[in-house]
Amino acid sequence: MSVITDNSTPASGRGIRDEMVAFVIMAALLATVPFTGIYPFFVMQALCFALFACAFNLLIGYGGLLSFGHAMFLGTAGYFTAHALKVWGVSPEIGIVVGTAGACALSIVTGWISIRRQGIYFAMITLALSQLVFFVYLQTPFTHGEDGIQGIPQGMLFGLFDLSKPTILYYVILVAFLLAFLLIFRTINSPFGEVLKAIRENEPRAVSLGYKADQYKLMAFILSGTLSGFAGSLKVFVAQNASLTDVHWTMSGEIVLMALIGGLGTVFGPVVGAFIIVAMQQYLAGFGQWVTVIQGVIFVVCVLTFRRGIVGEIAALFKRSL
Amino acid sequence: MQALYAQLLVGLINGSFYALLSLGLAVIFGMLNIINFAHGALYMMGAFCAYFLLNGLGLNYWYALVIAPVAVGIFGMVLERTLLRWLAGLDHLYGLLLTFGIALIIQGVFQNYFGSSGLPYAIPSQLQGGMNLGFMFLPVYRGWVVVFSLVVCIATWYLIERTRLGAYLRAATENPNLVRAFGINVPRMITLTYGLGIGLAALAGVLSAPINQVRPLMGADLIIVVFAVVVIGGMGSIMGSVITGFALGVVEGLTKYFYPEASNTVVFVLMVLVLLVKPTGLTGRAT
Repeated sequence: MSVITDNSTPASGRGIRDEMVAFVIMAALLATVPFTGIYPFFVMQALCFALFACAFNLLIGYGGLLSFGHAMFLGTAGYFTAHALKVWGVSPEIGIVVGTAGACALSIVTGWISIRRQGIYFAMITLALSQLVFFVYLQTPFTHGEDGIQGIPQGMLFGLFDLSKPTILYYVILVAFLLAFLLIFRTINSPFGEVLKAIRENEPRAVSLGYKADQYKLMAFILSGTLSGFAGSLKVFVAQNASLTDVHWTMSGEIVLMALIGGLGTVFGPVVGAFIIVAMQQYLAGFGQWVTVIQGVIFVVCVLTFRRGIVGEIAALFKRSL
Repeated sequence: MQALYAQLLVGLINGSFYALLSLGLAVIFGMLNIINFAHGALYMMGAFCAYFLLNGLGLNYWYALVIAPVAVGIFGMVLERTLLRWLAGLDHLYGLLLTFGIALIIQGVFQNYFGSSGLPYAIPSQLQGGMNLGFMFLPVYRGWVVVFSLVVCIATWYLIERTRLGAYLRAATENPNLVRAFGINVPRMITLTYGLGIGLAALAGVLSAPINQVRPLMGADLIIVVFAVVVIGGMGSIMGSVITGFALGVVEGLTKYFYPEASNTVVFVLMVLVLLVKPTGLTGRAT
């Protein structure tokens, strides 16, 4: 049977070198954005989603677990950070810590529940759990229900960087994104990542070798959820609001789409996918619900003809790992 | 007490929809190994089909009860032949992603033309009014929905568990190659099975049209609850799906009466509890 992540080529010295070169190129390109006249808000938003998609991809691409409820981490961290900044008046770095810690706590609980089942059931369970979280946020007062938390102060990061200045905010977001990306990259190529891949390929065999598969899967889930939360916390500074949209199942679907179109199980695919989908939403905003239809069509086309995604196809063409 | 009985009835009605939808999901999963994410969207199409029949062609509810499931079922079979078929031999998760895409397309198209608000669909004249049962007032239509759904569920169970066709179907679920070797056209059976599952969803849609109004997103949130129902019940048995569906509807209804704040979430909470105690679901086998 063809597994959902047949992109992943075994890590080799050459593969890692290729990926480091690609990483440097990506970082350099992104660093020049403020000088090109591209709308920085768009790129910042895309970077937050790119990080979110990379965190999601860590779970599906290397753990083989398709979560259909990742929006709950994005939204939870968003609400926690927004609440801490606006109501408690804490500094940005504390706000990010609060949000990320909230997503981490949620991922421990939901991961512990959902890794009891695999495959298709895992997807349904995570979706149902995120719907549970959605209804909780719909009813608790601190999220302000349908209105969301708005007008969030951006503040001074570490007392040094004024985040209300777009250029400074851009570089702060970029550095945070690159650091988190490197962390994911390091995780994938660590012994932990190798065991995770082994479990994905053949769980009974990994278990017979003495690896506690459930613990590894839970760790991957927590790491993925926490990093998704980090993305959600960063997004608060860009969008300056936290709303129910970020917890809704449509968001969970969008992140699946970003990872799918870029290439599940590739290192750079989710970044490419995130930029494509965010750009699409930006330019097609006037078409109303047709955006949903287009997203659906992309899903269908990707699944039927293009399962490796853009980066996966390129990597396969050059027989490299990207 | 009146309010309690009323909520119990609402619970039974929601339970009918859960039962019809999770039954269809289980049948489809058995044959195609696909969790049909488009199930909610096709349920919605069933309701819209009834609406079009009434307002476009002047065909009333009773015609819709037959025509809508058949028409949407045929649409489902076309989907199976043109799209789902290509996924044979691939990871099950691709089926989930593909049908999610199909659901987005269908819902998006309907939202474009009909917005997000509900369209009214009148209760058929024969089923209007209510009966006084002594302890409560029973609107006839609501009673009809519960009884009719129950009959359809039992008929489906009979078809699959007690007829020759059902025996082929169960055999093909276990070992399609062997069944093919006996000269039975398994691909056609797969198509028909998908059509049957979709037909059940569309039927639920027609039944719900007079109660819940006809809205493009009426199936979107429902399908997530049905997923939780499926996780709780497991997809191993037909009767299991039906009983779990009705039971969870009743639990939801009771929650609406005793602790309304939790009525949206109670099914999900129950799912968590079941996963903690018996991860394979109440009737499910280990996978």
